[in-house]
Amino acid sequence: MAGVLPAESDLRRVIGDGETIPDGEVEGLEERDLLELYRWMVLLRTYDERSVAFHRQGRIGTYAIFWNHEAMQAGSVYALERDDWIFPSYRESAIGLLRGMPVETVLSWWRGHPAGWWNPLDYNVASICVPIGTHVPHAAGLAWGKKLRGEPACAIAFFGDGATSEGSFHEGANFAAVMRAPLVLFCNNNQWAISTPLSAQTAAETLADKAAGYGMPGVRVDGGDVLAVYEVTRDAAARARAGKGPTFIEAVSYRTAPHATADDPRAYIDLERVEEEKRRECLGRYEAYLRRAGVLNDELAESTRGEATDALRAGIAAAEAEPPADIGLVFEHAYGSPPASLAEELAELREVLGE
Amino acid sequence: MSELTLVEAINDAFHVELGRDPNVMVMGEDVGRAGGVFRATAGLRDKFGVERCVDTPLAEAGILGTAVGLCMAGWRPVCEMQYDAFSYPCLDQLITHVGRYRWRTQGGMEFPLVVRMPYGGGVRAPELHDDSPEAYYVHTPGVKVAIPSTPADAKGLLAAAIRDPDPVVVLEPKLHYRTMRGEVPTGEHVVPLGEARVAREGDDVTIVAYGAMVPVAEAAADALEGEAAVEVLDIRSLKPLDENALLASVGKTGRAVIVQEAPRVAGFGAELAAILAEKAMLDLHAPVIRVTGYDVPYPYWQIEDAYMPSVERVVAAVRKTLEF
Repeated sequence: MAGVLPAESDLRRVIGDGETIPDGEVEGLEERDLLELYRWMVLLRTYDERSVAFHRQGRIGTYAIFWNHEAMQAGSVYALERDDWIFPSYRESAIGLLRGMPVETVLSWWRGHPAGWWNPLDYNVASICVPIGTHVPHAAGLAWGKKLRGEPACAIAFFGDGATSEGSFHEGANFAAVMRAPLVLFCNNNQWAISTPLSAQTAAETLADKAAGYGMPGVRVDGGDVLAVYEVTRDAAARARAGKGPTFIEAVSYRTAPHATADDPRAYIDLERVEEEKRRECLGRYEAYLRRAGVLNDELAESTRGEATDALRAGIAAAEAEPPADIGLVFEHAYGSPPASLAEELAELREVLGE
Repeated sequence: MSELTLVEAINDAFHVELGRDPNVMVMGEDVGRAGGVFRATAGLRDKFGVERCVDTPLAEAGILGTAVGLCMAGWRPVCEMQYDAFSYPCLDQLITHVGRYRWRTQGGMEFPLVVRMPYGGGVRAPELHDDSPEAYYVHTPGVKVAIPSTPADAKGLLAAAIRDPDPVVVLEPKLHYRTMRGEVPTGEHVVPLGEARVAREGDDVTIVAYGAMVPVAEAAADALEGEAAVEVLDIRSLKPLDENALLASVGKTGRAVIVQEAPRVAGFGAELAAILAEKAMLDLHAPVIRVTGYDVPYPYWQIEDAYMPSVERVVAAVRKTLEF
């Protein structure tokens, strides 16, 4: 197909290293945007770190950690419009916070309480997809369906490097390309699928190379550079809205935390590499950039962290204050018009329980 | 009323329902230009346009997966799976998402999609063109299942499935697509889900069947004429199930033979038999007997008739219950 070039091999970057690599700028981003992005990243970071602590305290269940993924999530969502749809995997469980979802909603999800299951229409954020890559066709279908209706919205699907091995990733990407659906395929390549390294996942040189096979552009970006992520997503969304179809973004990052609270990566990961990656983690890099630009000072950083900490404190309190769910909910919501047998089963259960 | 073949009745349902509701769209492999390999969707592309009768890539999981997203954008997609056994890749989406998404949103969003496919054997076809996969679908929470046995029901149940707020799988007996003709109401015609049909009345024994096994049950009833008054109950809707009709019929006759084309173990016939065991014990004069396909891969077509429940096997089962 004309217009589709081989995938980029170099990572796009905006943030420099304060030494030899100079800082860049993103056209159109003003100081208030830069600080809003900072607030978003701090909120996500605080959410993630507090959630690990809440898990250790027995206040939430198993939790999928996203430490060092905040730049990918905040940067990409900031590039979207409110009407655009977000399809998260469990690694993006808290992404709804960026659309005004209460902290207690996400915490309730990890607590297994029904208060954590939101209505996607309230935020244009689809339900958290747990089985790998199976939401990619949903995002393709929604984008295609919006296009058929003449609505300008696009969709973004988040998935990891492991998901690119799944058939549903392939089918969703191919559908989106064939239908020229306004979709952004956002791959957070943190190089690990639990214990399986990228080299055991693909023989391709880069994941972005897969894009050419679908007739769509493949872009590679430094996943730890929130401004570069913002810029490539903004371009991909503009391309989608212009009727040019989907774009595959490979955001290259590194999973410095366990896959989830139940995982112990010491058995398989290179701990020296982890320490090295932690030293260049995405929030620290962005803070340094903002300070070099004279946009952020200690006071503002302190108050931003304080706001996020307060939000988490209030959020866990609200989540823990949720009344116990009625067992009737076991039988509700699966059907719009349920088979009569469900009401019989509930009545029988209540009788046995003496309710 | 007009006399139509079973597949013509399905095509008629599509023309009526797409004309009635602009949100209904049809998607699948070869459904557009070709009008479907069995012509079930013939004429829709010309009449309703390429956007509402879509030739998709060859990807069953992708078809159902994108249909989930289309529902989220307000569409009511009707997905064709080209053959029964080609539908298995779509089970991934059906089990992990289609049956769960409404629940996941606590009723905030609806997924009124339809999956329909030709099913069943007896058509002298290559491997994996002959399966009766209903048990996989019925076993999936959040998903409804209907199987028509006549042209009128093929139209009416498809219309009901399209209008239903929940995902519905419709299995169509391909053996009878063109060999069975019947009177079909013109215009809008809906057969509600959850209502069985007494295909033939009788007092001595009930043969319970659905889809392509209903004509077999009726032929068995003919063969037993003078020997026993056989009632034939066409289940039509496997979920929701018309339990009252099942219990009423067997309550009257006291004997039940259940016919199912699928392999025996954990098939839908076992569910029907279990309901009778739980709720009709005192009505029964004889054990409930199943006549089913066997627990083997669907056989080479030169000897497939030995696999399919036949009139002879059903008659023998009925006699066994009468003589108990």
